[in-house]
Amino acid sequence: MDKSSISKRRKCQTVELSPLEKSLINLLQHGLPVCERPFAQIAEEVSSTEEEVIACLNNLRSEEVLTRFGPMFDAASLGGAFTLAALSVPEEDFDFVTEQVNSFDQIAHNYRRDHDYNMWFVIATESAEEIEQVVQAIENKTGLKVLNVPKLKEFYVCLYLPV
Amino acid sequence: MSTDTKEHITKENLTEQERQYILLTQNGIPIIEKPYHAIAEQMNLSVEQVLTLTKSMQERGIIRRIAAVPNHYKLGYQFNGMTVWDIDDEHAEKFGDAVGQLPFVSHCYLRPRFLPEWNYNLFAMVHGKTQEEITQYRGQIKELLKEILVTRNNDSSQNSITKNNDMLTSTAILKKTGLRLKK
Repeated sequence: MDKSSISKRRKCQTVELSPLEKSLINLLQHGLPVCERPFAQIAEEVSSTEEEVIACLNNLRSEEVLTRFGPMFDAASLGGAFTLAALSVPEEDFDFVTEQVNSFDQIAHNYRRDHDYNMWFVIATESAEEIEQVVQAIENKTGLKVLNVPKLKEFYVCLYLPV
Repeated sequence: MSTDTKEHITKENLTEQERQYILLTQNGIPIIEKPYHAIAEQMNLSVEQVLTLTKSMQERGIIRRIAAVPNHYKLGYQFNGMTVWDIDDEHAEKFGDAVGQLPFVSHCYLRPRFLPEWNYNLFAMVHGKTQEEITQYRGQIKELLKEILVTRNNDSSQNSITKNNDMLTSTAILKKTGLRLKK
């Protein structure tokens, strides 16, 4: 593992959570009821008070244990086009190619992975045509062939990370 | 839940109210006693109208759920693996659906193959607290898919394919930005 990924991992240290924090994180991954005072209803379920639940959640949010709190939108309804793409980057060029690829605004996420295809990124654009243009531009800039694997079918998931 | 029966929602067939709602809440909603009052005020609607709108957007599949999104790493889920599978196209949808139901899978997609460089058509992202844990999850998926994993013979092609599954673990985040609706 290189130095930069070690420091990244330190920044993402596991935090100690109180029993109330744990219950709220577990419960709210499944969803918040849609009603006037949702936190009062949640408070009942975790045997706490509305005030305490709100304070606790705001604290988790500001500590970034929760990265987001609110409606999860279907990506397609936000418009635009997406694809997942990969490059097989020679080790000695890796940092340079990372800079080249990340310089495109249309690159939303980019991860290094342990495989011959060692760089995996999401391209998000306004239109399908723009995806093609970005792929072409990355190939021209890096001199590497892009593996472009857009989704053909998305399956509904039920991710649950209990604490 | 099947999304097949739902209308296909795109940015173009959102109502003006839905568009406004997304712009107002895509960075999150306030964690206060009456969060929908705050939204109602900004949209010039009654709370009842905002609650009805929220429920209708859930039914239309625009909103998947209203939820807390935890930072995987801070909860101790330090390991993720992108598992990839070469499975029979004929059975891919049925089995992909089953893989998506596993609680440790965060994304599950069918994608095109590019032979001979890339023979995997099913992608499933798994999360765990240890390397052993994600290795075990990969094993669980393999058990589920064992009947439909493709065996490709080593033919005369230069890049002969010998594996029908793999797990790519991430060793560094190189860039991460969110997806947003533009005004």
